[in-house]
Amino acid sequence: MVCLARFARLLIGTGVLLLLISAASPSIAQQVNPTASSVKEQQLLQELKRVQGRVSIPDQRSGVLEQPAGREWREFRNVTLHWIGGVAILGMLAALIIFYLSRGMVRLQSGRSGRTLVRFSSFERFVHWMTATCFIILALSGLNITFGRTLLLPWMGHEAFSEWSQWAKYAHNYLSFPFTIGVVLIFLMWLAGNIPNKVDVDWVKRGGGIVGHDHPPAYRFNAGQKAIYWIVVIGGGLVAATGYTLMFPFYLSGIEGMQLAQVVHSIVAMLFMAVMLAHIYIGTIGMEGAFEAMGSGTVDVNWAKEHHSLWLEEENARTGANDARTQPTAAE
Amino acid sequence: MARMKFLCDADRCIECNACVTACKNEHEVPWGINRRRVVTINDGKPGERSVSMACMHCTDAPCAAVCPVNCIYTTADGVVLHSKDLCIGCGYCFYACPFGAPQYPKVGNFGSRGKMDKCTFCAGGPEADGSKAEYEKYGANRLAEGKLPLCAEMCSTKSLLAGDGEIIAQIYKERVMKRGYGSGAWGWKTAYRETIES
Repeated sequence: MVCLARFARLLIGTGVLLLLISAASPSIAQQVNPTASSVKEQQLLQELKRVQGRVSIPDQRSGVLEQPAGREWREFRNVTLHWIGGVAILGMLAALIIFYLSRGMVRLQSGRSGRTLVRFSSFERFVHWMTATCFIILALSGLNITFGRTLLLPWMGHEAFSEWSQWAKYAHNYLSFPFTIGVVLIFLMWLAGNIPNKVDVDWVKRGGGIVGHDHPPAYRFNAGQKAIYWIVVIGGGLVAATGYTLMFPFYLSGIEGMQLAQVVHSIVAMLFMAVMLAHIYIGTIGMEGAFEAMGSGTVDVNWAKEHHSLWLEEENARTGANDARTQPTAAE
Repeated sequence: MARMKFLCDADRCIECNACVTACKNEHEVPWGINRRRVVTINDGKPGERSVSMACMHCTDAPCAAVCPVNCIYTTADGVVLHSKDLCIGCGYCFYACPFGAPQYPKVGNFGSRGKMDKCTFCAGGPEADGSKAEYEKYGANRLAEGKLPLCAEMCSTKSLLAGDGEIIAQIYKERVMKRGYGSGAWGWKTAYRETIES
């Protein structure tokens, strides 16, 4: 009797267990989905704008699997930058031509006195021309990277254009060093004369010596020259910093930093070139007697009187002469 | 003509890195350069996935669009190749590439960038197919011999697929249908502006 009851219990127990298993098993077999909790590409891209992970090769930078931001950079490099560069440079050239045709060269109103005084020492001129030469080569080789494929490649052919671009790249890389040194020296040696002051406000109000028709007083550097100085210092500093970021990849930043560096580098460079065109214009055909300041280093006393009256007074007070020194002016 | 593509089935990749090794060996890729690598996302966490990635041979390739000397081109098979004779090593293709494919040997100016190197889909370069010059610059040209890229050919789990886009998409679709899941064709939307519905 006991034996029979024990057997019946076992039978019922087995039956219940089987029922439970049969009820549970279909759901286990069908619902296993390993991707339910897995990482999803589109979700990662939406959240982080890039997909990044771990790599077991030594090059840890290759851990960035996907960065579609390159697409925006491509749009900037191929479209936006062409517009910025084209409008800035051609626009400035057009403006200068129109200005020259309407205004012509700004003459010395009182003519030349025949007496000169030193404006820039030989060291200052050396620094200026070293920076200027580097700038022109850097500008042309830089423009080649942006516009060369459209403007030069079709008529130069692939081999010749690549050869030229390779040398242009070498020049761009190597001349960045003397250019940077030049910018640093310019910053240091002309800083004292380029702090904005009250005289500049009046100078700007009266349109300076080139736009306006009178000669507002100015110290060694007028407000226009001070603007050029700060554009060179800040613009030059920016192109140097961003340029070295690109030249030494991954030392300073990852891929997104290099994209941003290229954007800043190219925009600043394009605007820099436009400003320098105006600087070259005023320094050459735009104003009589201006080029010799950076050429021979001396300017005519009448030029100083008209354009930098306060500086002339300073110089006279410093040298103790009522009048400017006469030629030849020895280095101080 | 086929339209060659890569597809990495992340649900099968076991991060063995054999594709990376095969690629380096087949093309004698110099030290420090990896044309292919395996990236593990969410490493050690639930839902971790590994993806083998090289050049995806994009439709309307961004690298080719931004190259200042126009040295990158797409073949009739949809493979993106470049000429190392024309490349000036400027790095622009690397900024534009969504997959980090372009690699630069540390030679040239300040050892920062030599001529670009990248996955060729085992299709060599502009030189004559199978020539010594082609091998030295770009590695083996398996495609010209009627073979597919070695990385995919020897993938032990057949996670990495290479070949005509429509065929590999079909293989992947069937897999997903059979097993009932799939985390998608990684990179396809970015590279080909399309994805495989499953």
